Amino acid sequence: MTAKPKIVVGLGTCGIAAGGREIYNAIEKALTENNIDAELTQTGCIGACENEVLVDIAKPGQPRISYGKVTEEKIGEVVTNHLLHDKIDREFALGKIGEGELSAEYDDLPYFFTDLPFYEKQVRLCLRNCGFINPEKIDEYVERDGYQALKQVITEMKPEEVVEVIKSSGLRGRGGGGFSTGMKWQFTMNAVGDKKYVVCNADEGDPGAFMDRSILEGDPHSVMEGMAIAGYAVGADEGYIYCRAEYPLAVNRLKMAIEQAKEKNFLGDNIFGTDFSFNLKVKEGAGAFVCGEETALLMSIEGKRGMPRPRPPFPANEGLFGKPTCLNNVETFANVPVVILDGPEKFASIGTEGSKGTKVFALTGSINRTGLAEVPMGITLEEVVYDVAGGIIDDGKFKAVQAGGPSGGCIPEDLLHLPIDYDSLTEAGAMMGSGGLVVMGEDTCMVDIARYFLSFTQIESCGKCTPCREGTKRMLEILERIVAGEGKPDDIEKLKTLGEAISATALCGLGQTAPNPVLTTLRYFQEEYEQHIFDKRCVAGICVDLMFYLIDAELCNGCGRCRKACPVSAISGDKKEVHVIDKETCIKCGVCVEKCKQEAISLQS
Amino acid sequence: MKVDFEKVNGIIEKYRDDREAIIALLQDISAEIRYLPEEVIRHVSDEIEVPVSRLYSLATFYTSFRLEPRGEHEVQICMGTACHVRGAPRMLENVTQKLNIKPGETTGDGKFTVETVNCVGACALGPLLVLDGKYYGKLTQRKIEKLLGGSDDEVEQSC
Repeated sequence: MTAKPKIVVGLGTCGIAAGGREIYNAIEKALTENNIDAELTQTGCIGACENEVLVDIAKPGQPRISYGKVTEEKIGEVVTNHLLHDKIDREFALGKIGEGELSAEYDDLPYFFTDLPFYEKQVRLCLRNCGFINPEKIDEYVERDGYQALKQVITEMKPEEVVEVIKSSGLRGRGGGGFSTGMKWQFTMNAVGDKKYVVCNADEGDPGAFMDRSILEGDPHSVMEGMAIAGYAVGADEGYIYCRAEYPLAVNRLKMAIEQAKEKNFLGDNIFGTDFSFNLKVKEGAGAFVCGEETALLMSIEGKRGMPRPRPPFPANEGLFGKPTCLNNVETFANVPVVILDGPEKFASIGTEGSKGTKVFALTGSINRTGLAEVPMGITLEEVVYDVAGGIIDDGKFKAVQAGGPSGGCIPEDLLHLPIDYDSLTEAGAMMGSGGLVVMGEDTCMVDIARYFLSFTQIESCGKCTPCREGTKRMLEILERIVAGEGKPDDIEKLKTLGEAISATALCGLGQTAPNPVLTTLRYFQEEYEQHIFDKRCVAGICVDLMFYLIDAELCNGCGRCRKACPVSAISGDKKEVHVIDKETCIKCGVCVEKCKQEAISLQS
Repeated sequence: MKVDFEKVNGIIEKYRDDREAIIALLQDISAEIRYLPEEVIRHVSDEIEVPVSRLYSLATFYTSFRLEPRGEHEVQICMGTACHVRGAPRMLENVTQKLNIKPGETTGDGKFTVETVNCVGACALGPLLVLDGKYYGKLTQRKIEKLLGGSDDEVEQSC
């Protein structure tokens, strides 16, 4: 604990998007105006996105108090009350972190990580530092055992021993495939080559997924340390981090972290006085989803079009510039220092038989607590959706959870008891993927969701192999006609045949998994497809072509807003009289709904 | 628009000895002049002795490259899953109707370019748009009207 009070503002992308920088400035102003001597600093995402902007205040000898959803107007008052009068504003206070003296008046304040329902079931290994350290200051990482694992590895262990430790920990790739990390390292270690590389896949392209971004923004050194350890184990002296350009903050913090690590000689030549040298470079992506596929990613680093190639040879034997390459994702590398420091036994004690450790999930969609959560493998989906994420918003009814992004699938309510691990999710037709979990309520149309994901993969298809390029296009055409109310009786069969054929024959993971959202919704929600095709109905009220707008005569007060706003003059009615919409003329743009203050207009199926 | 070739040459020099850096080179030029005009691509091709076809193959493969000039303000609408289930398609429609252009296009007066993006990772704020790098979350039609300079005052007053 420092002698000065410390104020920490959460400045990850979500914090900044919610107005974190303005809050930071407001605090600075309040401190100057009141002549308060305090350390004002920043941190990455602590995971509770729903409560952004988050500000933590700690006085020496007292627990750290976390305030959520703070506003620019009130933050000055919160800070001065806390620092000058020891008064905690209960309107914003979420909980306390750590021990220390605090007035008995606040005994009931919950402990942030153990009492708040969002954190209660979490186990934070990868996110151990996120929300605690200032990611732009290497000293704060070092203080929390940073680079100790690297030191231990290169000064006390042989490369084979490191590989053995990783293997025995049971760590599997967190990027989607779930391949054993230790095996991958072993292949690269055993591969013959005068030069080898370590590459980190930080091209997190799945929509609705921001695990890797949060780790890079909140704790870049943990990933770099993991890469350096991999470098030592496989015999590489150079590494690349391929990060998508849509994450400018992550890229900046990585570059900053690399410079700082070089200064301290945690990277560079003769690390810790040994003859092990390791250098890192950041490569920015240029906007191509397929570059998340490993061979495409390597192409892109080489300055070529990011198109996958057939495997084998696998990157472990022939990777970047044709050299043996060890390629893992952000979260996998962030786990490595933990495995080394805690020991593989401790790591393997968390999780299930086949899936060890934890997994970070980005929880989004129609839930009460959007955020980033790290849970032990083997926890059930139900616990994640209800206990961690707080259930469906507005007490709505759960319909499905989409796991694994465009490559994953939709899991229905009766499978919520499934434990989260690689194998049971794959069995259900979904996949662990990178860790996006999008929860959907009753008002989500599963046909529309399938169409959404397929349109995504279709656009992102690189075009190299025919099944993906042409097949996904045909599937998308079928889905588009179904949501437009023009579905044909044999469309369901056609979708299944096409989907299975693409899965079996596409060149890379993107193509092979592209049909998953369609195949799983067909498996669990076929009746919705049938309603669209045969009854021309969309019960969720999403597919506009199957709906019409209706003005409720009871609620309409004849104000005329909708009539004036209608771009095609489909609404008629005299002033102060009930208005009507002409279904034939209406283009279903929905402007009238937005304009109506009486909430008299709604979509009907 | 007049291209500042001196700046372009500076960027070319920066990557002169780095053969793998063609993408980074094009990215830096894009950041500087905000798109890749044909004359620049040809100039780069001559300078680094890489065929024009190869540069175009990269510029058309990666979505962050633009071959047309961009508008003064850039609007990006997030179409990620979380935003999608919270009504992003409707918000996109509101924006494109308001500006009377399709995603990927620029308004006739060169003021706005509208694009869709896959996910900016600020899912708690969806539906969301990014205007000139600043995030605007929990969008409604009214917010969009305000952001893009229009107003519903006319309708308000006539009631």
